[in-house]
This record gives sequence, C-alpha cells and structure tokens, in this order.
Amino acid sequence: MHGYLTIEQVGKNFETAKGSFMALSEVSLAIEKGEFVSIIGHSGCGKSTLLNIVAGLSRPSTGAVLLDGNVVDAPGPDRAVVFQNHSLLPWLTAYANVRLAVDKVFGRIKSSAERDQWTKHNLALVHMDHAQGKKPDELSGGMRQRVGIARALAMQPKILLLDEPFGALDALTRAHLQDTVMEIHRQTKSTVIMITHDVDEAVLLSDRIVMMTNGPAATIGEICEVKLDRPRRRLEAVDTPEYARCRKQVLQFLYERHARAA
Amino acid sequence: MTGTLGQAERKPRLRPWLAQLRLLEKLRNLAGALLPPLITIAALLLLWQILCGQEGSSLPPPTKVVKDTWELIRDPFFDNGGTDVGLFWQILASLKRVAIGFSLAAVSGIALGVLIGQSSFAYRGLDPIFQVLRTVPPLAWLPISLAAFKDTNPSAIFVIYITAIWPIILNTAVGVRQIPEDYRNIARVLRLNGWEYFIKIMLPASVPYMFTGLRIGVGLSWLAIVAAEMLVGGVGIGFFIWDGWNSSLLSEIILALIYVGIIGFLLDRIIGFIGRLIAGRPI
Repeated sequence: MHGYLTIEQVGKNFETAKGSFMALSEVSLAIEKGEFVSIIGHSGCGKSTLLNIVAGLSRPSTGAVLLDGNVVDAPGPDRAVVFQNHSLLPWLTAYANVRLAVDKVFGRIKSSAERDQWTKHNLALVHMDHAQGKKPDELSGGMRQRVGIARALAMQPKILLLDEPFGALDALTRAHLQDTVMEIHRQTKSTVIMITHDVDEAVLLSDRIVMMTNGPAATIGEICEVKLDRPRRRLEAVDTPEYARCRKQVLQFLYERHARAA
Repeated sequence: MTGTLGQAERKPRLRPWLAQLRLLEKLRNLAGALLPPLITIAALLLLWQILCGQEGSSLPPPTKVVKDTWELIRDPFFDNGGTDVGLFWQILASLKRVAIGFSLAAVSGIALGVLIGQSSFAYRGLDPIFQVLRTVPPLAWLPISLAAFKDTNPSAIFVIYITAIWPIILNTAVGVRQIPEDYRNIARVLRLNGWEYFIKIMLPASVPYMFTGLRIGVGLSWLAIVAAEMLVGGVGIGFFIWDGWNSSLLSEIILALIYVGIIGFLLDRIIGFIGRLIAGRPI
C-alpha cells in the first residue's frame, strides 16, 4: 500500500497512571496526491491522535508515516495544521499571523515584496483581504478560522491537515467555510485530511470518508468512496442518490455498528 | 435649489454651537474626574487641621508643615555639601539605587522566570527555594549584604534587588507556563528555533504577566529603599526621614512622606505605561 501519504500500521499507546492505554492500533491508509480524505468517528476514537501523528506533533508507538517518500518524525511546514480553535497569535494582525508563517517558510527563497504578495494572495483566497489589519479578537469565529486556513495554505504544504476546523462555528458560517475550502481545494489541488464528526460535511467535501471504530485500540472500520463530480454544489449534491448512499453508509456505521454506549 | 441654500445657511450657525456643546461636555467629564479626589483631599486636610491644630498636639497641622518646610518646597535643588542637599537630590539618590537594583532584578528575574516556566526540572528544583526566600523581609537581608559587600551603597542596592526579584520571577514563570499548547504547536509546525520562539511567541504571550511582576517589584523596591536608607545613611530620602526624626523636624518628615508616596505612585504608573506600550493592550 503506497500513496503520496502512507500511514503504515500506526499504533499509539499512552502511558497513564493506570497503566498503558492503547488509543490507536494498526491504522493503515494510503492517500493520493490531491485527494480530500475525511476521518470521522465518535469523540475519543483517536482521530485527533492520528492527525497529530501525521503532523509529527506526536510520535507513533508502532508503525510509521511516510509523506512523499520521507518518514515523518517531526512537525514541519510541509504538513500545515489548521487547529479547531484557530490558534492565531492574538497580538498579531491577520496579516502578521500569515506573514509570520510566510517569512519562516520562504524567508530565504522569496524577496520581501514577494512574501508580502504571497501573504495577501492567501488572505484573498479565504476572502479575508479586507480584514488583514485586524487582530483576532476583532474578528468573528468564522473569520479567525479563515485566517487560520490562510496561514496553513501560505506554507504551501504537501498536505493540509484540518482538525475539526468548523467544529466551533454556527451552521451558516460553517456552510460558507465549507464552500471556501472546496473552492481552495479545486484551485490549489491540495491534498487534505480533515477530522470531522459531521456526516454531511464529510460527504460533501471528501473523495473518501475513513470511518474509525471506537477506542480503545481504535482503527479504521470502513472506507466510503464518494463518487460525486467536482465542482460540487451543495444543493445539487444533496439530491443525488450517491450523496444519499454515502450518507446512509456513514450513519449506519456510526449509529448501528459502532454506536457509542453513552 | 432653495433646500441646499437653506442648509448652507444653517451650517455655519450650527457648527460653533455644536463645538461649544462638545467643549462643555469635555469640561464636564474633566470635572467629573477631578472633583471627587479634590474634595476628598480637602476634607482630609481639614480633618487633619482640626485634629492637630489644637494647643499641645504631638503632630503638626498642615498649615504648620507648609510654613516649616517652605524653604525645602521652594528650592529642592540647593546643595550645601554632604547630606545637606535639596529634596530633589535626596530623591534622585534613592531613585538611582532603585534604578540599579530594580534593573538587575528585572533582567535576572525574567531570565529565571523563563527558566522555571520552561523547564519542569528547574521548576521543581527552584520553586520551593524561591517560595521560602521570598518571605524573608527585605531588611533582614541588610546585615548579610553589609557583611558581603563591606560597603553601604552596594548593600542598599542588593536589598532592592532581592526585594524586587521574587514577584518578577514568579509572575514571569506563570506567564510562560500559561502559554497555550496551540502556540507551541504552531511554533513546532513552523520550526521556529529557540530564539525565534522566545522573541515571537514566548515574550509577547507572557509580557502582561512579566509586567505585573515588574509593577509589584518596583513598588516593593520603593518600599524597601526608604527602610534600607534609614539604616545605611548617606544622601537619600530614607536617611532624610531618619535625620528629620533625630532632629525632631516632624514637618520635614511629613513632607518627605508625601514625596515618597507620589514617587511610588508615579513609578507604578510608568511601569504600567511601558507594559501597555510593549504589549499593545491593557495589562
């Protein structure tokens, strides 16, 4: 099994006071370049742990992650993460938050004017060019998340990792951001892994939906391929039989076969 | 046509009127801010005057304080050599000691605070020691420092240093420890090196905490300098007060106390102001 990103037999144990806790076990997945993959599962199933391992923020106890032929063993800008709570630096403006990443990644390659251009270009991609001088606490939740996405995109990562990026947003803002992410995916042809617990979000955005079993020792239960043409339009996609099929498959997995006890 | 003409005619008449209103509004706000403290001060002075104005009172009333110390108030810059110098020079001498001791405390306090904030080994090792040492009263350090430095001026500065450093260390450490995990993750994803992390994330994230420590520290060191100078002597506002006591010049002591209070207040405000400038937000 070899892809652009290869997750090979990854397991993760946490040492706790009560002994070793196995969060993930034998997770294997190959993702092609340009693919949009969602990981869905009940909370506590280890999906964020998996994302952190891909990001390099956390080391796998067993197995390995390979990106473009190289073993992932530390975090780096080639795997940009958009965190759930945006994690913008509150003392920097939207522009400066993105610029910090641009300067760090392209400081030696691009001139100052080019970096300025690239920063503004990425803010424009997420429709935030009008608010580049504002600080995070002057922005709404959705706008902050947009800037967070711009910062991740600006690193020109090989793979974009979204950790429940819309989890804290209201339904309308959520829909707007989903549209923006689809548009960016189409324009930049990025490879994306997105953690979510929203079934509709997963079906609408993904090429494949990876369903995780409940922990401990969570692993991949099923994978659903979403064969909807791109570009997808929210209202048209919802009415297709393929959408209904995928939605049903994921719902059945989550609420019949792997329903949570709680 | 007539409509626009009418507006053009009205405007110049309206504008000075509005400007006057705004001026009035500003004056009212100013009065609202100034009047309460002025009234309280006047009432307290009056009370003091009534309490101490009687025959045989042990403390002088405000009118006597002003009369006795008028020469000192009028000319704070005289210099007759030795310790017989104006209040400006007395306060300046104290401020110099505080400036040296406090600056040293700020630099080493922030460094130590960052160390115990960053490393849990250093935290476990040093925190208990700091917690014990910080409860030692400032003046208790004086004999030891006199023995160590064998000179009064460095001893006074050391007392300032050791008084101011604890709140700086402890607040900086809290500031560093509260940096959200997300910011650290961002730094890791961007592969910021240690120096970049310090400058771009740790410092701005913990600056409000540092300045809380610095503000407490400067207040404590101003408290300590007066006490330390009483013991070590020389030019300085503390010894000026002690000298006043020895010469039974109670009015001079009261004047010096007022100056000490005002300077302490200003020091606190200056540190707060610098903190706001650096943090770019209220602290």
